[in-house]
Amino acid sequence: MAIFLTQDSKVIVQGMTGSEGMKHTQRMLASGTTIVGGVNPRKAGTEVEFPADVTVPVFGTVAEAMEATGADVSVVFVPPAFTKAAVMEAVDAGMPLVVIITEGVPVADTAEFFAYAQSKGTRLIGPNCPGLITPGQSNVGITPASITGPGRIGLVSKSGTLTYQMLFELRDIGFTTAVGIGGDPIVGTTHIDCLEAFQNDPETAAIVMIGEIGGDAEERAAAYIKANVTKPVVGYVAGFEAPEGKTMGHAGAIVSGSVGTAQAKKEALEAAGVKVGTTPSETARLMREILTGA
Amino acid sequence: MDLYEYQARDMFEKHGVPVLPGIVATTPAEARAAAEKLGGGVVVVKAQVKTGGRGKAGGVKLAKSPEEAERHAEAILGMDIKGHTVHRVMIAAGAAIAEEFYFSVLLDRAERRYLAMCSVEGGMEIEQLAVERPDALARVAVDPLVGIDAAKAQEIVAAANFPEELREQVADVIQKLWGVYKNEDATLVEVNPLVRTEDGAIVALDGKVTLDENAAFRHEDHAALEDKSAADPLEAKAKHMNLNYVKLDGSVGIIGNGAGLVMSTLDVVAYAGERFGGQKPANFLDIGGGASAEVMANGLDVILHDPQVKSVFVNVFGGITSCIAVADGIVGALKALGDEASKPLVVRLDGNAVEEGRAILAAANHPLVTIEETMDGAAAKAAELAAAAQ
Repeated sequence: MAIFLTQDSKVIVQGMTGSEGMKHTQRMLASGTTIVGGVNPRKAGTEVEFPADVTVPVFGTVAEAMEATGADVSVVFVPPAFTKAAVMEAVDAGMPLVVIITEGVPVADTAEFFAYAQSKGTRLIGPNCPGLITPGQSNVGITPASITGPGRIGLVSKSGTLTYQMLFELRDIGFTTAVGIGGDPIVGTTHIDCLEAFQNDPETAAIVMIGEIGGDAEERAAAYIKANVTKPVVGYVAGFEAPEGKTMGHAGAIVSGSVGTAQAKKEALEAAGVKVGTTPSETARLMREILTGA
Repeated sequence: MDLYEYQARDMFEKHGVPVLPGIVATTPAEARAAAEKLGGGVVVVKAQVKTGGRGKAGGVKLAKSPEEAERHAEAILGMDIKGHTVHRVMIAAGAAIAEEFYFSVLLDRAERRYLAMCSVEGGMEIEQLAVERPDALARVAVDPLVGIDAAKAQEIVAAANFPEELREQVADVIQKLWGVYKNEDATLVEVNPLVRTEDGAIVALDGKVTLDENAAFRHEDHAALEDKSAADPLEAKAKHMNLNYVKLDGSVGIIGNGAGLVMSTLDVVAYAGERFGGQKPANFLDIGGGASAEVMANGLDVILHDPQVKSVFVNVFGGITSCIAVADGIVGALKALGDEASKPLVVRLDGNAVEEGRAILAAANHPLVTIEETMDGAAAKAAELAAAAQ
């Protein structure tokens, strides 16, 4: 099974012809993703050649790309100033899933395109995220596919590199799907959305949830787990040493007052029965114990 | 980015929000001149610091004459308020206040929209009001696709129980404050207190504004609002090199890739440091995805110039970038830095091509470099080395 993304997913790339878009389209293709098109109004009707004799057509609009290819996922690599327009276009075209990799999107733009997507029934993942990977089936975004493999663990994380770390440490057990939800103050898909999907996915046996300081998403996820999740959940929270009021890379990772501290998040998760690791490696060990008894 | 009160005042004025005249001063003489310029009557001398509680700390004083304003400015400038040194005061015209209210609009992360908060009981700490008398603080959701239009502003003043006769006037100011929020790409606009003066005007007496730095590309004027004097010199240098760096107080310098991993590294170092006399991280430094030799060298350059740093922990997960490139980057950086690289480095590589990467570091056999296989082991080693160097 897996969540949100399978081998049947047909993916288009908004911003494919830019340098980041080209680089990552090539990587996504190499990890088995079915990429059916790119979007760029100035290059509509052309084709882009990738290694291994793969040619990807470029369409003028998302709607044209969907019409011609039956695409059901769009991944957005366009610069921050153009991200809102790109997402709005995909939502207007009726795209079911839009994954926004772009970092540095103004939060007002995210608030607007999220509200719009919600009104039209489009799921957004990101912005400022590594995307999602269903190992062995499809990889949408910038996650290095070679560091992990398919298996029974579901993973949801605010942080890209901590996702990679966990994918790598538990690569022998493997993953159904790993979703990098992004570190911005507003994200399209939350921890709770992923927990719900993993709980309902018969192939996911256990869940790793990685959070960090800022906001109260982890506390809300803890309450959700307590009420709704019967599968084992292992957690990790980053940012115990982060000082109040300082931004550490992720726009969302900022503590204001007593709200959003790592300690509060850890306590909330533990109160919900989640085993919380002190370090990423210990977190991986806790998951290994649950699934293999070792 | 948080603005000073005087910057928020100026921004309010630009968007038509009623404010009192105010002039910023950095010396007592300037304060006196400002008070004279405001007519020579009653003024308020207000410390400009980005923290609350300045009134209690003695940072806000009423002056009946320019001479008194000068004396107050002399006392307030240089004062320490919760760790913030006062470098500026605002000389604000005095006002006869009849009533104090509260208004704010901010990002509601959990609901993924905006939230307007409003109360007819302003002036006090709003956190305290929210806890003690939650009913007195109206909370009204704002749809990002609509914003605060006339109808929403009416809804807010009604929810806050403003008396009928004030509603239209307050709603008008609220719509103008929304203009600030929307047009300046703010994530917080707060007015406390919003006052009714004895002559019946509604005035924003003290404002807080937080701007979204991601939106800087469409606000060229926002760069000028940045307080360069307050930045740590190493932070300024790192910013100049486009490095994501935050100075902390500990002894273990940290370099890593990815914000989450680096935050985690700080925690793991502090955790391991407990066993070595309480060693703590000296900084946050995220060199991002592509750890090129140049970026690594810049990062090491900043960290090695921090006199508090006793050891350095380089923690890199090779994702897209293979560990071969990362190891080449570290070796190249050490070569480029030469004798300037004088503190022990603990390197932990993992991920893509990890064996090859470690082999490159082993072959270089740099006397300052220790290779560790795990993040936890490397954190302990770095803490141990920092403790030994003290």
